[in-house]
Amino acid sequence: MAFENLTEKLSRIFKKLRGQARLSESNMDEMLKEIRVALLEADVNYKVVKEFISSVKEKAIGQDVLTKLNPSQMITKIVHDELEELLGGGENEIQYQNNKPTVILLVGLQGSGKTTSAGKLAYLMKNKLHKKVLLAAGDVYRPAAIDQLKQIAKSIDVPVYSKGTDISPVQIAKEAKAEAFNNHYDVLIIDTAGRITIDEALMNELNEIKKEVNPDEILLLVDAMSGQDAVNVANAFNDLLSLTGIIMSKLDGDARGGAALSIRHMTGVPIKFSGIGEKVSDLDVFHADRMADRILGMGDVMTLVEKAQEEIDEKEAARAARKMMSGKFDLDDMLDQMRQVKKLGSLGGLLKLIPGAPKVSPEQIAAAEKEMKNFEIIINSMTFEERHNPEIFQYSRKIRVANGCGKQVSDVNRVLKKYESMKEMMKKMEQYKKSGRMPPNMGGLGGFGGF
Amino acid sequence: MGLISFLKEKFSKKKDEKVENYTEGMSKSRQNFSNKLNSLTKKYKKVNQEYFEELEEILIESDVGVKLTLRVIDEVLEESKKNKIYDVEEINEILIDHIFKDYMDKGEQLTDVRFVNNGPTVLLVVGVNGVGKTTTIAKLAKRYIDKGKSVLLVASDTFRAGASEQLQIWANRLNCDIVTGPYNSDPSSVAYDGLTKAKKENIDLVIIDVAGRLQNKTNLMDELSKLRRVIAKVIPEAPHETFLIIDATTGQNGVVQAKAFAEVTELTGVVITKMDGTSKGGIILAIRDELGVPVRFIGLGEKMDDLKEFDLESYIYGLCVEK
Ligand SMILES: Nc1nc2c(ncn2[C@@H]2O[C@H](COP(=O)(O)OP(=O)(O)OP(=O)(O)O)[C@@H](O)[C@H]2O)c(=O)[nH]1
Ligand SMILES: [Mg+2]
Repeated sequence: MAFENLTEKLSRIFKKLRGQARLSESNMDEMLKEIRVALLEADVNYKVVKEFISSVKEKAIGQDVLTKLNPSQMITKIVHDELEELLGGGENEIQYQNNKPTVILLVGLQGSGKTTSAGKLAYLMKNKLHKKVLLAAGDVYRPAAIDQLKQIAKSIDVPVYSKGTDISPVQIAKEAKAEAFNNHYDVLIIDTAGRITIDEALMNELNEIKKEVNPDEILLLVDAMSGQDAVNVANAFNDLLSLTGIIMSKLDGDARGGAALSIRHMTGVPIKFSGIGEKVSDLDVFHADRMADRILGMGDVMTLVEKAQEEIDEKEAARAARKMMSGKFDLDDMLDQMRQVKKLGSLGGLLKLIPGAPKVSPEQIAAAEKEMKNFEIIINSMTFEERHNPEIFQYSRKIRVANGCGKQVSDVNRVLKKYESMKEMMKKMEQYKKSGRMPPNMGGLGGFGGF
Repeated sequence: MGLISFLKEKFSKKKDEKVENYTEGMSKSRQNFSNKLNSLTKKYKKVNQEYFEELEEILIESDVGVKLTLRVIDEVLEESKKNKIYDVEEINEILIDHIFKDYMDKGEQLTDVRFVNNGPTVLLVVGVNGVGKTTTIAKLAKRYIDKGKSVLLVASDTFRAGASEQLQIWANRLNCDIVTGPYNSDPSSVAYDGLTKAKKENIDLVIIDVAGRLQNKTNLMDELSKLRRVIAKVIPEAPHETFLIIDATTGQNGVVQAKAFAEVTELTGVVITKMDGTSKGGIILAIRDELGVPVRFIGLGEKMDDLKEFDLESYIYGLCVEK
């Protein structure tokens, strides 16, 4: 997203105040203003921002600036830590019952992601925790909501308790619970219809369900792109039902998700899960630290690091690295490296996670990804010898390769040129490594993309 | 005469049924805002710093956004100083005038679908996940069926579980023709089939439902460009209308959504849904401000009749003026 990094903004302000080693009311004001705007742009509720800023101010005033940090970094750190503390905390694990089904009720506004999340929770509990899961189709209002749940359930091989749409959701919940008991399910997840908070009849219906099945968990779905009203919505659901947790949905989008902070602050209900995509496996536990970065618009560094660790085949990576460093870098290695980058996900997604990454348009990213694909095709139609000794390429070989994969000679040349420049870079990196310093713009993922 | 007094007069003279419905439907969400403005009027006789801060709070809490809010308030502040106006009621009028004028200055004001003279008119409906695309399509179909048009629904959301069935149910309720495709098939090919049929049968209005997509997913946005190209292949000039659906609960990301969708497919309108809830939907003002796209309709519920033409005067009236 095209937000200027908050840290950059703050540094700019603080340049004007050079030489002040202590945070004071006057030197902080302008910075706090920026932080305020950043939080509001992230959809943190107006009142919450107000309280948050004044508590940060209190904490910060008079603090000696740590020698290692400049004052703008210092204030960012205070803000960040405060945010992280607020966002985290609370019991954020599901408490499973022994010897009887754990009943989970999903509630929320229309379109917030209840049905999808029901499937994701079922998937997680079945496959990661090896629970026996039953889903209950309690949305009898939205057309085809039950079809949706059934299709998802079928794809993950979990049964659905459904009695069609001519029966009250309260009755379904009740029967589903009996079914879960009798057939020794570990978990029952009840999907409900979306509803607005001022619809008394529908809100009351939830209360009836609650009374009937006495759920162990009542989870509210909150859309990451929610605006200022999210906190009122959460309050309304919480006042009525005493929520046990929040699931933030659609965090794979680029909304900054300030609602998370507002809701945590105003209701105290812990955030338990994050929805990070449309697939059934796209549910993650909630990470307060990352959410703090995200709300401040600072990029999700940890996610990137973890993702990289998970996805990159370490042995493979180590092998490639050794080869690179030894200066024996061939086209196969280049291809390997490209594949590693690809495994991490789309370049666009990656760049977004890196604070201060160059701003590139979706078109540029798409172009880079396309180029990666082309490279792969071209390298794949080279012989073993050519891949390992690219030096042997002359015109006739280039023509053969180009014809072999339906490309132009100029395309083959581009691959070779890229190879040369990467090899050059590897050499430099090796020199820098020896001298103990990293060259600018060379950390991390190697020089792919060529932005 | 300030806008408020103009509106007050207008609305008190003729009890317009449309406005009645409109304000009634919005009353729950609007009341909040107007109550706040009214209590402001009572609380402050003369404007001061605190008053403007509260004004700022009201606008920001309606999701109008910091940028637009600060600008509007600055303008009002300036005018207040320049013309030495310190009366709260007058200031409120200036504020509303500004919102009104800002909107009007940004482009044309349209509501109903503009039908082409020859052949089917094609309406493409896009938006992020769960905002109310499919429901809005059913509502729009109802509206034009009631006006005597022949309507064809095209279920190009072949991705989300149950999406096709959902539109099918609406088609049955509406007694309206529909074209669907197999689960996970190419959305463009379903659109192709639909449009071909529409052309052959000389249908008046074709409405295409596509899967919700977050605007930062390049591949899905590419798919949308492709869909657009396929549509234009069957019917040049089509889609004639592309509506972006925005959920009233959406915060500042709404502007990002509008910009991203506008990049892959020219938007001719915005429909704001779920205005029957407690959210104020102020993001539409920010979207209009940044992109100039007119708000065409508003969704006020889950039934097929819960759609109203967007009417700026009523909107602002409902937003700011005592009912
Ligand atoms: N209260 C209220 N609910 C609405 C309105 N419009 C749609 N909904 C509800 O919002 C939910 C999502 O609506 P859909 O029409 O399925 O949304 P969609 O954008 O097609 O969703 P996807 O195709 O999954 O992206 C449903 O429960 C609708 O009944 C509205 O104006 N008011
Ligand atoms: Mg839909």
